[in-house]
Amino acid sequence: MNVEQVQNTHPELVSAETPVLQVQNLEVTYYTDAGRAKALDDLSFSLKAGEKLGIVGESGSGKSTLALAMMQMIKSPGRIEGGQVYVDGTELMALNAEDMRRSRLQKIAYIPQGAMNSLNPVMRIGAQMVDAVISHVENESKAETKERCMLALESVDLARGTFKMFPHELSGGMKQRVCIAIGILLQPQVIIADEPTSALDVVTQRQVMETIDRVRKKINAAVILIGHDMGLMAQFVDKVAVMYAGRLVEVSTVRQMFTDPQQPYSKALINCLPNLDNKGVFQGIPGLAPSLLRLPGGCAFHPRCELARDICKTSRPEPQSDKSGRSVICHLFDKEAQNEPSS
Amino acid sequence: MATLLLIARRFGFLFVVIWAASTITFFIPRLSSVNPVRERFAELARLGGYNPDDLERIVASFSKQFGLDRPLWDQYVDYLGSVLRLDFGYSLNRYPVTVTELIMQSLPWTIGLLLVSTLIAFLIGNLLGAIAAWPRAPGWARSFSTPFVLFMGVPPVLMGVLLLFFVGFRLKLLPLGGAYSIGLVPEWSWPFAMDLLRHQVLPALALILGSIGSWVLTMRGMGITIQGEDYVNFAEHKGLRGWRIFKDYYLRNALLPQVTGFALALGTVVTSAIIVEGLFALPGVGTVLINAIRANDFPVIYGIVLFITIAIATIMTLMEFLYPLLDPRIKNQ
Repeated sequence: MNVEQVQNTHPELVSAETPVLQVQNLEVTYYTDAGRAKALDDLSFSLKAGEKLGIVGESGSGKSTLALAMMQMIKSPGRIEGGQVYVDGTELMALNAEDMRRSRLQKIAYIPQGAMNSLNPVMRIGAQMVDAVISHVENESKAETKERCMLALESVDLARGTFKMFPHELSGGMKQRVCIAIGILLQPQVIIADEPTSALDVVTQRQVMETIDRVRKKINAAVILIGHDMGLMAQFVDKVAVMYAGRLVEVSTVRQMFTDPQQPYSKALINCLPNLDNKGVFQGIPGLAPSLLRLPGGCAFHPRCELARDICKTSRPEPQSDKSGRSVICHLFDKEAQNEPSS
Repeated sequence: MATLLLIARRFGFLFVVIWAASTITFFIPRLSSVNPVRERFAELARLGGYNPDDLERIVASFSKQFGLDRPLWDQYVDYLGSVLRLDFGYSLNRYPVTVTELIMQSLPWTIGLLLVSTLIAFLIGNLLGAIAAWPRAPGWARSFSTPFVLFMGVPPVLMGVLLLFFVGFRLKLLPLGGAYSIGLVPEWSWPFAMDLLRHQVLPALALILGSIGSWVLTMRGMGITIQGEDYVNFAEHKGLRGWRIFKDYYLRNALLPQVTGFALALGTVVTSAIIVEGLFALPGVGTVLINAIRANDFPVIYGIVLFITIAIATIMTLMEFLYPLLDPRIKNQ
């Protein structure tokens, strides 16, 4: 089991299966008037087919930037400064604009927070699905394309009649499922779901998450779930990555993360979760997330860290991994001392 | 049933608008104490012989014939009758020509000029405005709209004069005025059509150049709002080609409020058309209206203003029925 929790920064540890998604040393900088803001800082991780990774972090930690960077949709003043994104062996960063356009949805699909207005209000649902298909697939007859869309709708539990409807005739959860259906039209290897359940009520949230999980199994895609709902993550993903100031400060299995977090920031995050033992006591993390324009030297978390030592203020920690495959960015992390939690 | 009721209500409203407009049109020219018949014959009398008694008798008999001697209220009731019949009888100034004849002769010129130039300005302005706001458009294409924004400040009259002077007079590229060359007889032939078109270019430009700018500005504003919408971003995530995103997701949505603007523009452009027609000596409704106002030719004023009112109010009503087809979120209730 734990061998399968594949290492993020050490692809050489992956022996049995090659990952379907590999992100290496990805760097994105926003060139603002106030200065340069490094939104993604030398970020690496990998995912195997069918694996589910949850990415959590405060607002501004770079979660959405990561999603946009993988799709190569970073808009000015942002710029991808370096790194590679391999999807099923193809290096996306090396593609020209036209090939990258073709890769979107076909290799790597993005499911937006669709409850609000991710669907064009003046086009029928069907038209918005068909135009996605015909932008990628040539020599498919109209009837085949339509049937493909119908099957996608059915696989997310929507009636075939949805094809002819307008977005305003659907509920928030239905719109979200339409977005999922669009995401799986071309059976991509990687699906990025960017806060797919925000603005939905909890019952609908569960339905939407189950839908994503079901279609993931069907097409065996790797799923990246971006969000800040720890509870939702715990139920849904295999691995959790905690993002802080543009870096993945801890990547570990759900069990490790919730029972034995290693990085002080992820520890603090887990401690924030209310539990029944200390009911009524609300805990937060002291201080504010740092501005990316003026990151503290050394470890970016050290001003808020209770355990900070001198080395944290001067030296920048690098990712380290233990045998179980968890990766932690912290000077205090002792990769040899870890006891693997039994699973 | 509900739809029928809606249609009935809309047309009822249209009827009220026409009634209100025609009432205002009736009373405003009457506020002046000038008797158009007297004016007309006084002028004739100055040119020819002079016999005050004859003049008074002629005026009295003509006033009687046109009903101008009756109380204003009676005239108003008669007038409402003629509004319903859409027939205003004879022109006072150009008797025995009827008002309907005058309108029918001049209307094609105005409709041709107005509709075509408003449509051209709408299409060019909105396209330029959309491109100006589209972040992926090349820089040269985005700056293309700047001169038109500058032209916005130039009124159509001044634009017309400038065009006349430079293009017509100095460069002698296009004729200075008139609907077609003197000596030509209107006919369905290629040379006549070309001649006609050449005469329409400058007046059309005078109307178009100034109005493109406002389309550019409103469209650019809409465009900036729309391009930030989630569905435009998601369209890119879907891997659509740029042209398709521009056309179906961006332009289509940004254009919705502009269509309402188009109907409104048709109403306001009538004002500029009157001036431009005068400037270029075109035999359109505007020229006829100006002459009628100068001569206090009530029936002609009534006829033309009522015609414009009905035309615009009808277009507005039709737009209301058209709008749900453009935007499915709007349903007539």
